[in-house]
Amino acid sequence: MTGPYGLTVNGRRYEVVDGWAGESLLFVLRERLGLPGSKNACEEGECGSCTVRLDDRLVCSCLVLAAAAADRSVTTVEGLSAGHETGGSLSDVQQAFVDAGAVQCGFCTPGLLMAVDDLLDHDPDPNDLTVREAISGNLCRCTGYGRILDAVDRAALARREART
Amino acid sequence: MSVVSTTLAGGRTRAAGIGESAPRPDGVPKVTGEFAFSSDLWHDRMLWGGTLRSPHPSARIRSVDIGPAVAMTGVHAVLTHEDVPGAATYGLDHPDQPVLAADVVRYGGEPVAIVAADHPETVRRALAAIVVDYEIAEPLVDPSLAEAAPPIHPDGNLLRRIHLRHGDPTAADRHDLVVVEGTYEVGIQDQAFLGPESGLAVPAEDGGVELYVATQWLHVDRDQVAACLGLDPELVRLTLAGVGGAFGAREDLSLHVHLCLLALRTGRPVKMVYGREESFHGHVHRHPAKLWYRHHAEADGTLVRVEARLLFDGGSYASSSGAVIANATCFAAGPYRVPSADVEGVVVRTNNPPCGAMRGFGAVQTCMAHEAQMDRLAVALGMDPVDLRLHNALAPGDRLLTGQVVTGALPVAEVIRTCAGSPSAAVRPDEPMSRPGGAGRTADATHVIRGEALAVGFKNLMFSEGFDDFSEARCELQDGVATITCACAEVGQGFVTLAQQIAREVLSVEEVVLAPIETATIGSAGSTSASRQTWMSGGAVQMACEEVRTTLLVRVAAEYDVPVDDLVLVDGRVCSLSGPLDVDMTAVTIEPVTADVVHRHPPTSPLDADGQGNAHVSFAVSAHRAIVDVDPDLGLVKVVELTTSQDVGRILNPIQALGQLEGGAAQGLGLAVMEEVQLVDGRIRNASFTDYLVPTALDMPPVGVAALIEQPEPGAPFGAKGIGEPPTISSTAAIVAAIREATGLDLPRVPVRPADIALADVAPGGAR
Amino acid sequence: MTVTIARTLNAACAALAADPGALVLAGGTDLMVEVNRGGRTVGDVVVIDRVPELQGWDREGDVLRLGASLTYAEMADPALASLVPALAQAARTVGSPQIRAAGTIGGNLATASPAGDTLPVLAALDAEVEIRSHQGHRTVPLDEFVIGVKANDLAPGELIAAVRVPVLDGPQEFLKVGPRNAMVISVASLALVVDRVGRTVRVGLGSVAPVPLRAIEAEVMIAARLDWAGGRSPTIHDVERFAELVADATRPIDDHRGSADYRRHSVGVLARRALVRAFGEPTP
Repeated sequence: MTGPYGLTVNGRRYEVVDGWAGESLLFVLRERLGLPGSKNACEEGECGSCTVRLDDRLVCSCLVLAAAAADRSVTTVEGLSAGHETGGSLSDVQQAFVDAGAVQCGFCTPGLLMAVDDLLDHDPDPNDLTVREAISGNLCRCTGYGRILDAVDRAALARREART
Repeated sequence: MSVVSTTLAGGRTRAAGIGESAPRPDGVPKVTGEFAFSSDLWHDRMLWGGTLRSPHPSARIRSVDIGPAVAMTGVHAVLTHEDVPGAATYGLDHPDQPVLAADVVRYGGEPVAIVAADHPETVRRALAAIVVDYEIAEPLVDPSLAEAAPPIHPDGNLLRRIHLRHGDPTAADRHDLVVVEGTYEVGIQDQAFLGPESGLAVPAEDGGVELYVATQWLHVDRDQVAACLGLDPELVRLTLAGVGGAFGAREDLSLHVHLCLLALRTGRPVKMVYGREESFHGHVHRHPAKLWYRHHAEADGTLVRVEARLLFDGGSYASSSGAVIANATCFAAGPYRVPSADVEGVVVRTNNPPCGAMRGFGAVQTCMAHEAQMDRLAVALGMDPVDLRLHNALAPGDRLLTGQVVTGALPVAEVIRTCAGSPSAAVRPDEPMSRPGGAGRTADATHVIRGEALAVGFKNLMFSEGFDDFSEARCELQDGVATITCACAEVGQGFVTLAQQIAREVLSVEEVVLAPIETATIGSAGSTSASRQTWMSGGAVQMACEEVRTTLLVRVAAEYDVPVDDLVLVDGRVCSLSGPLDVDMTAVTIEPVTADVVHRHPPTSPLDADGQGNAHVSFAVSAHRAIVDVDPDLGLVKVVELTTSQDVGRILNPIQALGQLEGGAAQGLGLAVMEEVQLVDGRIRNASFTDYLVPTALDMPPVGVAALIEQPEPGAPFGAKGIGEPPTISSTAAIVAAIREATGLDLPRVPVRPADIALADVAPGGAR
Repeated sequence: MTVTIARTLNAACAALAADPGALVLAGGTDLMVEVNRGGRTVGDVVVIDRVPELQGWDREGDVLRLGASLTYAEMADPALASLVPALAQAARTVGSPQIRAAGTIGGNLATASPAGDTLPVLAALDAEVEIRSHQGHRTVPLDEFVIGVKANDLAPGELIAAVRVPVLDGPQEFLKVGPRNAMVISVASLALVVDRVGRTVRVGLGSVAPVPLRAIEAEVMIAARLDWAGGRSPTIHDVERFAELVADATRPIDDHRGSADYRRHSVGVLARRALVRAFGEPTP
C-alpha cells in the first residue's frame, strides 16, 4: 500500500487512504471515490472514455497514476452540471447531447462531454474538421458520430447565445 | 453507493408518441455520469473476480496447480472445472462450450480457472501464480481442412452444411449466357462494444444468486447459468445492468457462470470486469468467410442462375453458427430475382476463436460478394451497374432462393433508385487532414483519386426456420401512470424510448415508467438482435397497453353507464365522444388495470433438404452509395460520403432511426477499410484498440439519408420494420466497390489493406 | 511500492540515486499502459512531471533546448513550431488530443520505440540528449541514445533532462503512414529537414528499422544535385533516385501493422513527396 494522498475532484477534497500505488486515477475515481462516470473501455489511452480534466489539461485518466495526481485538481463528467444532484441543470453540452440524440448506449458519452466542453472553451466556433480532430481521441461504436457533431453545433450555438 | 436500480422514469417534458423524436428516458443519467453500467456496480464487501485463459489454441491440460494462488493473502477462491456443480457445458444452440476447460483447450483464450480476491491486482497475481501444464498440440486453423481433419470436439468439425437448390438446375446449360465468376474473402470483424464484459453476482439467502450483468437476452442466459450451477432457474435471478453496446457479442455467455460460481463459493458479492485485451478473447467475433460465386445472365442482364460455395469459419464452439450460415445461404444472391440457384453454405469448427452473432449475421459477408459479382457482371454485359440491379430487383410477389414468396413490403427498386439518384454534397477537400492519411498528412491533392459506387443488401428480420419466438410484456395503469415491464435488453438502440412512445400513443398518458429489467418479474422478451425487438417487444408492449385500454374503457363504461364504443382516451382523460363524460384517468385507475401478454409472430417453417421453405417472417433492403478518395501509391483511403436509402416500414422515432443508420454505416466502413482481428496460428495478434482499429470521427464521413421508404409491413406493429442491421450490410460492399472504381483493382477481400492497393499490379484497363 | 513526487531536478536525481530501479513517470502514456495491463510489475515510481527544470524550452543562439517534460501539445505551439516545424507536425500525429496533452518528448525518447513519432525528426536534426543523474550530467547524440528496440542508453539512476536540436533555415516536412486517419501507430514515417546554410538535406525514418534511421546515401546524393544558389527544383530523375536511395536505407520487418515490402515501398513514396513539398514540382 502507498501512503495516503489527497485529490481534489469537482471542487471537493478527497483523501485516499488505502490505495495501492499502482492504481490509475480512473480506478480511484470509479472504485474508491464513488465517481464511476468516467469509463473504462480500454484502459490504454486509445478510446477516450476515461477523459477528465487534470488541472487545465484534457487527459486520459487511465494513464494517470492516481498518487501522482496528488493535490491536483480533477474535473470529471460528474462535475459538468452545476449541482445537478440537488436539482441543478445540465450543462449546455450535456443538454445538447440529450437533445441531439447523440446518446445511444452512452458509454462514450462522458469522455465526449469532457472533450467537447474543453473544445468549446478554447474554440467557441469550431468548423467541422476542427471538431472531428478534437474528438478523434474519443471512440464511439454506436452513433457513427453524426448526432454527436450535431450536438456540438447545438452546444456551440447555446454557448455563444449565452455570451450575448 | 449501492447497487443501482434500473428503474427509469421519464416522459415529463412532452408527451411524444409514435413517429416523434421522443428523447430517451435514460439520456439524462447517461450525460451526468449517473447511469449504472455493468462495470459501474459496487457492493459492500464485494470481491473481485478474474479468469485464467489458455494461451494456446490447442492443447491437452495435463494438470492445473491452483495451490500457489490459494495460498496468497487476499485470495478467497480459486475454481476449476471440478467446481462446476451442474452442466459442464453451455451454448446458444448446442451446449458444446465448457464453463471451464477440463482436459483440453480448443482456442487461445479459453477459460481454465477463475479467482476471487480482495483487489484486482491480487486477482492478477493469483492468476499468474496458477500453474497449468499444457501439452501443446498443433491447432486446426485452416477452415478448408476442417471437415477432413480429426475432430477437435466430440460433436465433430462440421457445425452445419446447407445445400440450397432452387429452380431448374439445368437453367444455365446454354451457350448464350454471360458468366462471371469470383472468389471473395471477408476477414474477422469484432463487435468492439465499448462497455467491457462485466457484472456483479450476489449470493442470496435462499441458496440462489442475483446476477447483474450486461447482456442481450436475460432469460436464455438465466437458463444456461442455472443449468451450469445445478440450480432451479427460479433461484438464478438476472437483472439487466447498463449495457455499453452489444452488436451480437453479448448473445453468448461470457463471465456469467464464472461470477455466480465465485459468489456462491465465497458467500460474498463478486464483481468482474474484463480488460479490453481480455474482452477480445471473451466474446465471439463475426465469421470470416471465403465465398465463391458464379453468376449466369442473359445479354439483357436478366439473371438466370447463381451458384455459390460459402465457407465460414465458426471457430472452436458452435454459438449461433448454424443460424449464421443459414442466413448467409438464404440471402446469398442479394435482393434480386434468381430463378435457379445452387448455394452451399458450410460452417466448420476450428481452433480459431469462436465466431457467432454480429450485426448483419451472415448477410454482411455474402453482400460483399454478391455485389462484387453484380459489378463484374455489369462490366461483362456493358451495362450500367445500377440499371443491372434495377432490372433484376426483387419485388413483392417474387420468389426468393428459398422458394418463399415475398408477401410483405420489399421496395428494392425504390431503395436503389432513390439512393442512386440522390445528389451528392461531396467536395474536394482543401485540408490535408481531410485527405487519405488524415493526420499523417501524406497526400496532396494530386495524389488522390476519387471513386464512387453503389451496393444493395438485404436480409431477414427476426428469427427464422420455425423458431418459436415470442416476447412478454406487462402494462399496469394506476393513478394515471403506466408502468411497462418487459425484459427487452436495452443495449443502446433505444427500445426504452420506444416503449414509452407506444404506451403514450395507446393509452394517451404522459408518464410512463419502465420497470427494472429482470427475470424474476417477467418472462422472456427474446434476444435484442436480428432487428426484432421493435416488432416483437414493441408489439408485446402495444398489445399489453391495448388490453389495458380495453379493460379500462369497459370499466369506465360500466361505472358511468356509457356505451363502451363511445369512449376514447385523450390527453390523460377518458371522454365520451357523444356525451359529456370527461374524467381524469387518474380518478378511474386508483384500482390498477393490468395486462400481461405474450406476443408471437406467425410461425415460420424449417428449411427442407434443398434449403426450401417459408423460413422467414420479413425482410428489409438497404442501399448505400459510397464516395471514396484513394491515395493509390500508399493505399490509404478516406471515405468522403455515404448516402443511404432503406426500407423501414414506418419510422417510429426519426432521431433514433438516424442514429441506427449512421452507426451501422460506421461499422460497415470499419469492415471495409480497417477492422480485422488478425490471427496467427489461431492466436489473436491485435487484441487492443491500438491495433484493432475502429473508425474515429476523422474516418467517418457524414451519412446522408436519400430516402427512408415507408411502406408499412403487414403484421408488424405500427407497420414498422427493424432497422438496425441493414446499414451494416450494404455499406461495406459499397465502400469496397468505390475503391475498386477509383483504382481499377479487383480487391476481392475486405478489409482492404493499404498494401492491397499500393503493392497491387494494376488490373487491365485500370486507373494507374 | 512507493510513489515519490519530485519537486526539483535535484530531488528527482536524489530519489533515483537512492532507488536506481525506480521507474520514472512523466505523462504516463507508455508506462501506465503497461501498469494497467499488468505486464510490468511496478516497483517504486519517481514522478517528474512537476519538476520545473524539465519543463518548457528555450533558445540559446541557434540551439533549441527542449525540456524533457515538453508535451506534444506544447511542441505544436506556434512559437516553437515556427522554429522546428517537423517536430510540430510529428507531435500533431501522435495519438489523440488527450495523449498529446500528457505525453512528453522525454517519454518518447525513453520508450525508444521504433515507431516513436518524434524520433525520426530528432534523428534528422542530429539531436543531442542531455542526461542527468545524482553524479552529474552527460550528453549523448541521438543515435547513441536509442540503441535498440525499446532500448536506450540510460544507466540506472539517470533521467533525461532535455534534448537539444538546431534551429535551421529551410523547409521541414514530416509524413506518417497509418491505416486510419487519426490515432495510429506509424507503419512508416519520414522527416525531411533542409539546412540551406549548411547545404544539407537530412532524412530521418521511423518504423522501418529497430531504431530511427538516417538515409545518408540519399542525403548526400540529393545535396550534391540541388541548385542551392539558384533555387531551381530538382529533376524528376533526381527525385526518383533520391526516393530509391531512401527506400534502400530501410531495414523493415513484417509485423501485424505492415509488411516489410509495404514499408519499404511507402518510405519511397514519402521521400518523393517530402522532397517535392520542400523544393517544388520537379523539372523534367
